[in-house]
Amino acid sequence: MGERFVETIVGLFMIAGIACLVVLAFKVSGLTTYTVANSYKITADFDNIGDLKPRAPVAIAGVRIGQVTNIDLDPKSYKAVVTMQIDADDDNIPVDSSASIVTAGLLGANYISISPGFEDNFMKNGGQIEETHPALMLETMIGQLLFNMGKDDKKEETDATNNS
Amino acid sequence: MARVRGVGRMGVHVLTGVGTSGIFLLKTLARWPRVVRSFPFLIKECFFVGVLSLPIVVVSALFIGMVVALQGFNVLNKFSAVSELGQLVALSVVRELGPVITALLFAGRAGSALTAEIGLMKTTEQLSSMEMMGVDPLWRVISPRLWAGFYTMPVLATIFCAVAIFGGYLVGVQWLGVDAGTFWSNMQSSVDFYNDVVNGLIKSVVFGFVCTWIAVYQGYASTPTAAGISHSTTRCVVYSSLAVLGLDFVLTTVMMGGW
Repeated sequence: MGERFVETIVGLFMIAGIACLVVLAFKVSGLTTYTVANSYKITADFDNIGDLKPRAPVAIAGVRIGQVTNIDLDPKSYKAVVTMQIDADDDNIPVDSSASIVTAGLLGANYISISPGFEDNFMKNGGQIEETHPALMLETMIGQLLFNMGKDDKKEETDATNNS
Repeated sequence: MARVRGVGRMGVHVLTGVGTSGIFLLKTLARWPRVVRSFPFLIKECFFVGVLSLPIVVVSALFIGMVVALQGFNVLNKFSAVSELGQLVALSVVRELGPVITALLFAGRAGSALTAEIGLMKTTEQLSSMEMMGVDPLWRVISPRLWAGFYTMPVLATIFCAVAIFGGYLVGVQWLGVDAGTFWSNMQSSVDFYNDVVNGLIKSVVFGFVCTWIAVYQGYASTPTAAGISHSTTRCVVYSSLAVLGLDFVLTTVMMGGW
């Protein structure tokens, strides 16, 4: 086995490794989509973020346009400040848009859905979405439903006693 | 009393082993690297340690990826969440299976060979004769092997990950009929390059270093007899596997913060 052969094979081996790393980066982890250079940041204050996590998608009409990068608590208003990274291509979000936290499917992960407004001014880097809708908590909804059902029952009872 | 003394002797023995191997590592690493002169040796060792381990790594990766996809499909099918198969395969392979199984295969395939080779060099007094000729065996024999393991292990782990995901793709998409689009897009939305791929690479760098260190030290410190070599080879594989599995838990705990 000549030295030249060994060196060539080792070179091929290293190149194969780098090629696999490139495949992992672009095909498996989708690295190209959201680089810092090609994006801008906007924030939104939510009353309740539910199960939202960093890296959750941000979507308009179900189309992914960015991701959540950071979640903080505002020390004064006790609201959750969610920082989002939006693709530079989607720079036409009206300033009066509203953001809501929704769940993908019945038990899926939470993501942020932005409903576009009607203004002609668009969001810039560092902009803030004023109108937000907190996450719909399944537990709270069931609680409210049970509470309302209980109230209806009582009302019917009192109606019945009044009538008799 | 004799029992207590036995425990004490064992403790001293273990600690001496750890200390000696540490000094051995420092002696190998802490020297002026003669890059140009040792480069051919390094390339040769990369060939023996890395390239020749490639067939077993690729074949096991393919089968592990396929079996993860098959098992995952059966479970996910019960919850009609088959679209998450790509995510399942990619995350389990990139985070855990890739680095760990490559390291275990590496310890069995390359580590044992290194130990046996160096042990035989010691038994046949090649190392002593090198010293007699004024060639430092740490520089000529140990150092290239150590660096070769350090360089080739991440490459092997990366190849393992890519091939295993391809195996998962073959079973999931081509055979079981998961939609190719959802397979890749779910994978891409859940796998993060820095938190998953790079952390997996860091793991494999650590494993490669530890495995080669154990292999080289066990060879260098082996008793110069036929039985001694066989003992060292066994110890090399056992210690490497234990170190890899234990370190994997520690590293995962440290890296958890990012997820």
